[in-house]
Amino acid sequence: MIPVPEFSIGGVLPALILSVAGLLAMLLGLFVRKGAAAVGAVIGLVGVLIALMVNTPLRLMNMPSFNGMIALDSYTWFFNVLILVSVGLTILISMKYLVDQGLDLYEYFAILLFSAVGMMFMASGIHLLMIFVGLETLSIAVYVLTGILPKSPKSSEASLKYLLLGAFSSGLFLYGAALLYGSTGSLALAGLAKYFQSGSVSTMALVGMGLLLVGFSFKVAAVPFHMWTPDVYDGAPSPITGFMSVGVKAAAFAAFLRVFFECFGSAQVTWSQILWVLAVLTMILGNLAAIVQTNIKRMLAYSSIAHAGYILVGMVSGTPAGASGVLYYLLAYIFTNLGAFAVVTMVGRKGEANVYLDDYRGLGKAHPTLALAMSIFLFSLAGIPPTAGFIGKFTIFSAAISAGYIWLVIIGVLTSAASVFYYFRVIMKMYMEAPEVEPEELRFSPSMTFALSLTVLAVLYIGIFPTTYLNLATESVKTLF
Amino acid sequence: MENVSHLLSFITFIPLLGALILLFINRDCPETLRWVTLVVMLLDFCISLFVYFGFDPSVSSMQFVESYPWVKDWGISYKMGIDGISLLLVMLTTFLGPIVILACWKDITVRVKEFMICLLFLQVGMIGVFVSLDLFLFYVFWEIMLIPMYLLIGVWGNPARRLYAAIKFVLYTIVGSLLMLVAILVLYFTAGKSTGVYTFDLLKLYDFAVPIQVQFWLFLAFFLAFAIKVPMFPFHTWLPDAHTEAPTVGSVVLAAVLLKMGTYGFIRFAIPLFPNAAVDAAWWVALLAVIGIVYGAWVAMVQVDMKRLVAFSSVSHLGFVMLGMFALTTQGVEGSIIQMINHGLSTGALFLIVGMVYERRHTRLISEFGGLSKVMPLFAVFFMIFTLSSIGLPGLNGFVGEFLILLGSFGKFTWYTVFAASGVIFAAVYMLWMFQRVMFGEVTNPKNLVLKDMDSREIAVLVPLLIFVVWIGVYPNTFLRPMEPSVKNFLQHVEKKRASILAMEEARKLPAPNAEKISLVSSTAEIRVDKEN
Repeated sequence: MIPVPEFSIGGVLPALILSVAGLLAMLLGLFVRKGAAAVGAVIGLVGVLIALMVNTPLRLMNMPSFNGMIALDSYTWFFNVLILVSVGLTILISMKYLVDQGLDLYEYFAILLFSAVGMMFMASGIHLLMIFVGLETLSIAVYVLTGILPKSPKSSEASLKYLLLGAFSSGLFLYGAALLYGSTGSLALAGLAKYFQSGSVSTMALVGMGLLLVGFSFKVAAVPFHMWTPDVYDGAPSPITGFMSVGVKAAAFAAFLRVFFECFGSAQVTWSQILWVLAVLTMILGNLAAIVQTNIKRMLAYSSIAHAGYILVGMVSGTPAGASGVLYYLLAYIFTNLGAFAVVTMVGRKGEANVYLDDYRGLGKAHPTLALAMSIFLFSLAGIPPTAGFIGKFTIFSAAISAGYIWLVIIGVLTSAASVFYYFRVIMKMYMEAPEVEPEELRFSPSMTFALSLTVLAVLYIGIFPTTYLNLATESVKTLF
Repeated sequence: MENVSHLLSFITFIPLLGALILLFINRDCPETLRWVTLVVMLLDFCISLFVYFGFDPSVSSMQFVESYPWVKDWGISYKMGIDGISLLLVMLTTFLGPIVILACWKDITVRVKEFMICLLFLQVGMIGVFVSLDLFLFYVFWEIMLIPMYLLIGVWGNPARRLYAAIKFVLYTIVGSLLMLVAILVLYFTAGKSTGVYTFDLLKLYDFAVPIQVQFWLFLAFFLAFAIKVPMFPFHTWLPDAHTEAPTVGSVVLAAVLLKMGTYGFIRFAIPLFPNAAVDAAWWVALLAVIGIVYGAWVAMVQVDMKRLVAFSSVSHLGFVMLGMFALTTQGVEGSIIQMINHGLSTGALFLIVGMVYERRHTRLISEFGGLSKVMPLFAVFFMIFTLSSIGLPGLNGFVGEFLILLGSFGKFTWYTVFAASGVIFAAVYMLWMFQRVMFGEVTNPKNLVLKDMDSREIAVLVPLLIFVVWIGVYPNTFLRPMEPSVKNFLQHVEKKRASILAMEEARKLPAPNAEKISLVSSTAEIRVDKEN
């Protein structure tokens, strides 16, 4: 008799529900002639809400499932919440956008949901193959979403670029996994951990680890593996750019953290030195390159590179405090950056015609509330209290100082002072300059207004009362150590 | 401490409440907006009077303390309190609140709503800085006030160079304060690792003896943040630009209160937390202070723009404040605190006066004026009194502060004090020369003939300032008395902590020779073994 591996449907229920919602959206979309996108969006939102609900029990679990393929623990729970929140917000932001662009595509939402499923498996995987499958599911879905604007050559170009470089990085990841398998005989994180703890680590295994590091660095857009980011972020539809900058990043960091803390924990000295260099390069290049941008999407692309650098600082510190700092930072970053991209989507208007910094001139006068919201997001990105971004930076930097990386933190704060320059420039355009020609009227939609108010409130609330969220982050990383 | 009072929280957050109310008022009725803001500021001032009269001047410790855990696991608390040192600064801030609103009544006509909200937010940040007793809370307030000031300069400033001035102000300040954040974190972990209690509570950190090596770096970071804010030479270059481009009331708040946050930071944080480093650095800081005094005065002398002249005089005056503080004597520190208040009153008033001229003529160039005293006699009187107060004429406030500072620092830095005293003379030169060129002589420019004298609102703005200028000058004891126990306590704390840290270092070094001997013995033994082999 073939032994049936133990499995727990309950543990993967959130992902299952999202898959079902995606399939449902595709099925129903076939029968709706007009407003198919709206149907897809509603199904997606309902799916996200249900998934959020069935996700709750994961928080108290702590066990591997599906024959050691995925872990059901509070870490998975935390990232599932992050992923679901970012998908939910992206759906809200996209609804009006698709109508404006004249795209009545239900597939858009179905693919979005499938990519979230990939993310969830990436975050929960404790087997390199599982992580790889999650990574590919998410990547392929995002390649399609990047190129979904049919009339925009920029979008197609971005998609192709992303596909080529993404395939390359996946290849590196897989090669690394193969090398690790060759030297350890296992792809499960537990098996790898045992091998690395044994003390005698072969060069082949170290090279494998390095290749995994490169693969992950591609996905989180760390310098020098960031080349694709500005072009892809610029070409993709604005809501998708927002989604990529938070969702994909969160999922990639989830796996990055789990793999490196759980199985290469004993080789930490080796990789934390490499990450130190990567973090410094990423912070410096991301922030400096953002200063000279005139296109807000490119500016935010470089800023998201810089933020990957800050998150890497948390990883370098290698302590539970550092890991929980990363989790909190991602939480803060999701609300902040999606909020900022919601504004970018709105101001972009039809055909994304207004994505230059100069298009923000006079926004403070024409739409005070929208400008205020954007200012709050920018303050949070710059790390100015009392916003979530400040607490995020604070947690990461304090973890690094506690672990003795004072110079790293000094470089970090100096680059973040430089970042103030370009974030404040947007504020300057909004409040202190007048537009040359009167821009087209902005139209608010209920879903967009809802998404914006939610993100603004979240950025302020978790910035002023961070205790609960900090504790959640601390609890969630316990399983890694 | 049986009944905890929330007065300080009220003072801090009433302006925030006011800002929230303003959000719901129609932007098309600026009169209502102004009145509401004025009432909020007045209310804030009245409540701060309760603090003033409830304050026990014989006690040196913190009063009106309120403390609640904020982020418990990290030892971050919402802790506020004041002593004699911060009392006057809080009072100055709340006192200037309504004056500033009155002063900008006619000046600001565009985006009144946003302007008022910015001023109220600024007030929250400033009061918060002066009352917080938790390093984290302090840092939050310290950063919060950056944003409204940035907007004040950038949106309502002088069109020509306001964007440059605004971003320069922000970048200068933020570099310093971010490095201070790193220092705060290092202090937090150093203290936590050696005592086992991780806390941002200032009063608890006061008792922690930071090792001398670490002190140096931490003091350096705090010094940078505060020296930029003061601003001390050579970190002052943002100040003239910010002042010149800011709207009148922006300059007033900037000069009167914001700069004091730097000097206050030294006296509350940098010196008591790192006494050894502070005492060791005193010589250098005093040198920079004296350079600031003389340099500021010289540069002020050649300015053609009245506002820029007053701005450079600030650099000079704040040099005095720093000199007195780092003398670390009772008179010096008291004089330095009184001088903070004085500078707030007289320089604030001078900026208001320059603003009044600017409102009438839309220029601040000294060469455009002449003989104004004939056209605006009342204005001339006020201008004269505040000019003399800024120079330090006996009987007015400036004299008391400068005299105490020079007295207090003479024993410690004799030569510095001599040079600093020359700054008083230069101050008389540049201020009186400016006054002469603007107010006396014939009316050379026909445009000046039709200028109106001060109206009742403008008088109402300046009279309260005038009262205190005279009061402090004639009877400074009212203001010196409440701060005396706190200042003595501050000096004692610095001396005691410094001595104990020195003793600790000695004690740590003492066993060291023994240890060396042991290692010597063992190494000789090894050598012997080697030889035997």
